[in-house]
Amino acid sequence: MTKLPDGLIVVAKRDCPTCQLIEPLLAVLDRQAGPLTVYSQDDPSFGTGVSGASHDETLEHSFRLNIEFVPTLIRVEQGREVERTYGWHREDWQRLSGVADLGADLPVMRPGCGSKTLEPGIAENLELAFGTTKLSSRSIETDAEDLIEACYERGWSDGLPVVPPTPQRVLRMLGGTDRDPAEELGLVPPDLARCTVEKVAVNAVMAGCKPEYMPVLLAALEAALTEEFGLHGVLCTTMFCSPMIIANGPVTRAIGMNSGVNALGQGNRANATIGRALQLIVRNVGGGRPGEIDRSTLGTPGKYTFCFAEAEDSEWLPLAQERGIAEGKSAVTLFAGEGVQGIVDQKSRHPESLALSFAHALRAVDHHKMAMAGDAVLVVSPEHSRVFIEAGWSKARLLEELEKLLQFPGEEMVAGAGGIAEGVPESFRDKTVRKFRPGGLLIVRAGGTAGLFSAVIAGWAASGPVGSIPVTREVKV
Amino acid sequence: MSQTSVMLDPTGEFAPAVRARLARPQSLAGKTVGLLDISKPRGNVFLDRLEERLGELSVTVKRYSKPTFTRVAPTALKQQIAAEVDLVVEGLAD
Repeated sequence: MTKLPDGLIVVAKRDCPTCQLIEPLLAVLDRQAGPLTVYSQDDPSFGTGVSGASHDETLEHSFRLNIEFVPTLIRVEQGREVERTYGWHREDWQRLSGVADLGADLPVMRPGCGSKTLEPGIAENLELAFGTTKLSSRSIETDAEDLIEACYERGWSDGLPVVPPTPQRVLRMLGGTDRDPAEELGLVPPDLARCTVEKVAVNAVMAGCKPEYMPVLLAALEAALTEEFGLHGVLCTTMFCSPMIIANGPVTRAIGMNSGVNALGQGNRANATIGRALQLIVRNVGGGRPGEIDRSTLGTPGKYTFCFAEAEDSEWLPLAQERGIAEGKSAVTLFAGEGVQGIVDQKSRHPESLALSFAHALRAVDHHKMAMAGDAVLVVSPEHSRVFIEAGWSKARLLEELEKLLQFPGEEMVAGAGGIAEGVPESFRDKTVRKFRPGGLLIVRAGGTAGLFSAVIAGWAASGPVGSIPVTREVKV
Repeated sequence: MSQTSVMLDPTGEFAPAVRARLARPQSLAGKTVGLLDISKPRGNVFLDRLEERLGELSVTVKRYSKPTFTRVAPTALKQQIAAEVDLVVEGLAD
């Protein structure tokens, strides 16, 4: 920043009645208080007669002086600001200027107005022009009349309209995190492209995120880029899976995520756009596009977006805490999920009966004769969870019971058994076969308070170290 | 009047910012060439001559015409051309 002019600086605008009130005082200050600089944010004629008056047309001076209100009076000594006041406070103005009777005939106090620098749409332009935030993404200039269509033409969309990522919008998005825009989060497959916080913000804009979603999205991306999650494989497999985000903790409530009615469905901005932003990062930064590296035979609607919050209940340990996150902290868990398979059981009133229903539904993951292949998330609705909670079953107890129920005689499971060629290898014929690998079954509570329905979200048939392991990361807010 | 807008590139920036034109084919052998008459006067004279020359090279030619030069081609016609030919030559002016 250049050295400030010594003496007094007044920043004002004609549009502000308080600025008009103090305008006649400028001549007094100019004569009696030493060097005076006046910056007018709107009318070039404001302060006419004062030699140091000028029109701050670009608002650069106002921006650099960090003006929030007009009028603002600043005292500068040896090039440094020593004191400032804003609005009209007679005593303050008299003290700062050293003119004892300044404005003696004016009211004691009049509040000022907002600075033009803070008007919507202007603040971001000033930051881009004069600020310290440097954006390094390539600028794409276009004379397209419709920027949404231009984004489609460039292949930046998942098929739905995206919000055009203008520098102003990206800057606003970056306001949602303290992290340096240039910070690198890792390499996004399949192209192994370096992904910065800024690139995340660009794609978050396109997905329709609010800036306050950024910490959740950043944590989700960091989880997705871990070796354990294996995003490359998740992306390029011919199977169905795609990164699904389960969020826990205070941040989910702070940003208004949905864990209740229609939690796995549409209609909530945070759920929809955080999940979508992650997918757009895979597509745009990583270059993972269907038909190219993404070879999914059928895909799943979750490849647009799949993100929801757990409906946490004091009786059941939230998923994030089960996975090592401290109580009161927020986290996301990434799971390579397929679609939603409903479990309808409106008659079970005892935990044993309902657990059996769940076990039957979970056996269908991948194929009822496959085992130790895909992980699964069991989403238990509030009405179903009540059956367990009232019987004193914790989440851990339910998991333990399900693991017992999900063991089958090898002779039922081997290839060819039951007239079905699919199945586990013949060597398992005399063994007991576990459906899920240890740690491969996750339970979360979500959904509306009416409905004796739960759901299975199957995982990738290459779950575990061979393919993808669910990964939990704390959300730093 | 359109105005230049700026967007920030959301990609890994491995591809050029401006899309390159499709590479021209090395030869016309085995290709089907569409000749699109936009219905401006004497466009057909130019395209007839092209058809003659392409015929000498044993290139398959298909002829199309827009109902009127004052409107963009109907979507069905554009889709038909895209489905049927490898290259298109369009006569643009009188």
